[in-house]
Amino acid sequence: MSVPVASVEPTTVRPPVSEGLGEGVSEGAGEALRPHAEHAFAAELAALAAQDDRPRPARWRLSPWAVATYLLGGTLPDGTVITPKYVGPRRIVEVAVTTLATDRALLLLGVPGTAKTWVSEHLAAAVSGDSTLLVQGTAGTPEEAIRYGWNYAQLLAHGPSRDALVPSPVMRAMAEGMTARVEELTRIPADVQDTLITILSEKVLPIPELGQEVQAVRGFNVIATANDRDRGVNELSSALRRRFNTVVLPLPESADAEVDIVSRRVDQIGRSLDLPAVPEGIDEIRRVVTVFRELRDGVTADGRTKLKSPSGTLSTAEAISVVTGGLALAAHFGDGVLRASDVAAGILGAVVRDPAADRVIWQEYLEAVVRERDGWKDFYRACREVSA
Amino acid sequence: MTTFTPGPLLLGVRHHGPGSARAVRAALEAATPEVVLIEGPPEADALIPLAAEKDMRPPVALLAHVVNEPGRSAFWPLAEFSPEWVAIRWALEHGVPARFIDLPATHTLAWGNEEKKETAEEEKGQEEKGSERKGERGEKEAGASDRSVDADVRIDPLAVLAETAGYDDPERWWEDVVEHRGGAGIGADPFAPFTALEEAMGALREAYGVGGHDRDLVREAYMRLQMRSAQREFGDEVAVVCGAWHVPALRQKTTVAADRALLKGLPKAKADMTWVPWTHRRLSRVSGYGAGIDSPGWYGHLFAAPDRPVERWMTKVARLLRDEDRMVSSAHVIEAVRLADTLAAMRGRPLPGLTETTDAVRAVMCEGSDVPLGLVHDRLVVGDVLGEVPRSAPAVPLQRDLARAQKRLRLKPEPMERELELDLRGETDAGRSRLLHRLRLLGIAWGEPTASRGSTGTFRETWRLRWEPELSVRVAEAGVWGTTVLSAATGKAEADAVAAHALADVTALAERCLLAELPDALPVVMRVLADRAALDADVGHLAQALPALVRSLRYGDVRGTDTHALTDVAVGLAERIFVGLPPACAAIDAEAAEHMRRHVDAVHGAVGLLGEPGAAASGGIRERWHSVLRVLAGRDTVPGVIRGRSVRLLLDDGELGEDEAARLMGLVLSPGTEPGDAAAWIEGFVGGGSGGGMLLVHDERLLGLVDAWLTGVPAEAFTDVLPLLRRTFSAYEAGVRRTLGELVRRGPGARGSAEAAASGIPGFAPDLDPGRADAVLPVLSLLLGLDETYDDFAGVAR
Repeated sequence: MSVPVASVEPTTVRPPVSEGLGEGVSEGAGEALRPHAEHAFAAELAALAAQDDRPRPARWRLSPWAVATYLLGGTLPDGTVITPKYVGPRRIVEVAVTTLATDRALLLLGVPGTAKTWVSEHLAAAVSGDSTLLVQGTAGTPEEAIRYGWNYAQLLAHGPSRDALVPSPVMRAMAEGMTARVEELTRIPADVQDTLITILSEKVLPIPELGQEVQAVRGFNVIATANDRDRGVNELSSALRRRFNTVVLPLPESADAEVDIVSRRVDQIGRSLDLPAVPEGIDEIRRVVTVFRELRDGVTADGRTKLKSPSGTLSTAEAISVVTGGLALAAHFGDGVLRASDVAAGILGAVVRDPAADRVIWQEYLEAVVRERDGWKDFYRACREVSA
Repeated sequence: MTTFTPGPLLLGVRHHGPGSARAVRAALEAATPEVVLIEGPPEADALIPLAAEKDMRPPVALLAHVVNEPGRSAFWPLAEFSPEWVAIRWALEHGVPARFIDLPATHTLAWGNEEKKETAEEEKGQEEKGSERKGERGEKEAGASDRSVDADVRIDPLAVLAETAGYDDPERWWEDVVEHRGGAGIGADPFAPFTALEEAMGALREAYGVGGHDRDLVREAYMRLQMRSAQREFGDEVAVVCGAWHVPALRQKTTVAADRALLKGLPKAKADMTWVPWTHRRLSRVSGYGAGIDSPGWYGHLFAAPDRPVERWMTKVARLLRDEDRMVSSAHVIEAVRLADTLAAMRGRPLPGLTETTDAVRAVMCEGSDVPLGLVHDRLVVGDVLGEVPRSAPAVPLQRDLARAQKRLRLKPEPMERELELDLRGETDAGRSRLLHRLRLLGIAWGEPTASRGSTGTFRETWRLRWEPELSVRVAEAGVWGTTVLSAATGKAEADAVAAHALADVTALAERCLLAELPDALPVVMRVLADRAALDADVGHLAQALPALVRSLRYGDVRGTDTHALTDVAVGLAERIFVGLPPACAAIDAEAAEHMRRHVDAVHGAVGLLGEPGAAASGGIRERWHSVLRVLAGRDTVPGVIRGRSVRLLLDDGELGEDEAARLMGLVLSPGTEPGDAAAWIEGFVGGGSGGGMLLVHDERLLGLVDAWLTGVPAEAFTDVLPLLRRTFSAYEAGVRRTLGELVRRGPGARGSAEAAASGIPGFAPDLDPGRADAVLPVLSLLLGLDETYDDFAGVAR
């Protein structure tokens, strides 16, 4: 489901600075296309660590308070400005950091495009100073990716030993008291997910082949991310779920914030696709965002009329792809100005995922809301045309 | 008395603050005063002993109302955790007199009168948390609409203190500083919190004066006078429980003369007081009505929990969620408590407050979802607690208002059943009808509407009246909803609308609101109706709701009610039906199709009324409905009965020419169509009591089509279509049936003899050819074994 939007996912709620690779890029990392958070923001982390006089949990680089500041931004007493990494409710970040401090695993849930991965990376960077202990969850993720694998040459030559063992990121995190990250937890097959249960509850990883075990040292924790719209991928078992504190990352709160995110991102994508810049398109973008928000929230922007919500996610990321598609249409087949007709087909495709139910919802929306709205005549007509 | 300032013991509190309540109890225990003075209307002094009765269960409210005008009233709600309540109970338990010392309701109610504010049932007096937001909800000096404006002008002393302390939310500051510390100082000086608070408030009042709450000066003068007289009687052993904001003013040394001067010339209104039951929901701000605390359930918990409030709270939450079949284990509770504690530490709060516990519950027990959390908020944070008052409490104003209305309308409550005919054109009768309808809304079944005998005009109503003794109890219960029949019925209708499940219930309610003439309730009902309609995916429900709504609209027109909102909703509803109907009609079985046909009929009727020329909503709605009908008529997946019906409706409205209708019928009745489907189409087209029989009688072409089709139905299919056809044709009136039968017997095309000359069947002359006919007769008689009766046959043939 999230395939078309996955490419834009991590950046939707990212503040501009993240693209700029600006201050604080450590030497050596400058070559990387996209340096890790702990390198990109090394200067901020160092400044925070220097100023931080609050108690730190074992093996944490910063106090929970400083971690929250790192994510939410702020100005330190010595004047160092910490850029905000996550733009959203403060409560979310506080609960997330506190969860890690209470030694519970953290599960970040959200529809595609809500900066789950971004938050998890920065949390790991701020807490452990290392965001690279990462397991990428896919349908093919094997148990070895979470527990350990074997170096078969070693194994055949010398028999089972610690030297022949290839530790997973999780195992390394346990041994060193670091934060491990598991991306897309719900895509991992259920039996592989189950290996996490012992790790999270007993904090131990047995190695029966050697008659040994790896005990997690203090400071070990897991941050997992999952997409809560992909129902039925590999639903978490309740046993596993119980071991996580869940934080749902919301979609942008205000329409303005969302319009801002969409237009900025569209601009970036447009440039890379060599589409002409379309400053007049902002009204159309606002319209797309309004439609998406209204249908998503099930209520019109003025809060007067309730609506049914279609089955699609209608995330910010999808709004971005609708506008990008519309821009391409306008540039190649239209007069270069983004118009209602350019985005109508895209919106229809995003909204009507279930041809029966969603179509009715969409038409109801058109007739009950769009038709009556001042200045939306062209939009209504364009939508009627493509929906007929 | 330890190191307390000499003079009366002044206990400044935050109304509805559980910490304040605890502190008040501790202070009273320590000081054991001779008399307890409480901020509140002195008329209620006589009601204080009722608080000790075992039937009295908070939350309750003191209700003051103007004797002849129950609509002008004020409430002083008291919850179990209200410091005032605690003080009353302490006094009663220790046999110490308790008195209310605030300005009498006689004056405060009269103030409202002076300014001609007719906002019914504005709660007053119960300013909160020492901030004395009198202006906002206290004094009735601001009507509902300009209240917020007032609030902006005035200062909120608590907000100032909170801001000074670096808090953005004054409630949280108060909780951290006062409420959460309340229990901490066991063994500590029970007066210390009050002293500190008094100093803070003193500083504030020095800086801000009365902060725009001008009437406080008068009230405080009255309180000082009352305090002095209590001091004369009991010496210095006097305890005063009042909003913290007032404490510095009460401490102030003023002369009796100056205080008297302030009280001179206050307006008066004869006021009456009683206890009424209250609910937690009304205490909460959510209802837009209460004394203004967000979380009465949480406060109640803080007050009632002997220790470890967070742990106990989390256990409560877990139990609630378990009852709702969510898996929540003890491990969840443990983790939630840990998270809440750590969150509080991280946010620098002394104890987890509601914010922290809610965050923790969401993250640990609700898997990040707000849906179960809404349940927790509803059931626990606000809570469904309903108070009770003893029977011995004075009558509620609703009873008096009802009695007055009965007197005015000369409608005596009698135990004997009798019928009452009302002519709504008369003012008195219209008033009676309204009263009875309102009472019915309140569940006071004094009158039951019955079918009118004789006249069926809309201006006539017939009621069966009977006053049962237990109706008085119902009236007392209904007192929760308001002080007058009108306001109570309005409140009840609004609450019913919000609680209603089915869409049709809400439309019925809208109708009743119009009958009972509750214009204030209508917007809420309409709002709920629009929301329900928007979210209801079943076109059937919508179609059911529309006719009642349109009927209400007509009725409202008759009564001259403003039905603009109603029209909007009705049109919106119709639009939704238009969009949803075609998909909903596709691929359904015969039974569902029959239901749907009825819906189509009902909508057609409603649209007809809605789209009448001159009706507010006529703009194109008929046209849109016709296009929907056309879609229905032409879509093969739609069952025959609905297609036939759509064609018929279009034909009736003149949207479809007769030729076109005949073409469509011919298409359906052509051999390619399943006989069952064709029979259903016919049923839809000419079936039911829709006058389809007359259509067939008059349009011979259509009859011919039906006839030709019927004779062409193969024998094996005939038994299948027979029940359908029987259902179709048996519904016709006897006369129509007979005429049709005669027409059919005469044979296709044979009309009455007069017309027969004009029309004829291809291949046949209009009249009989006697020569040829006679030639048949001998053979016929031979076949039948008759000899002499040529003439009889000839008669038949002719």
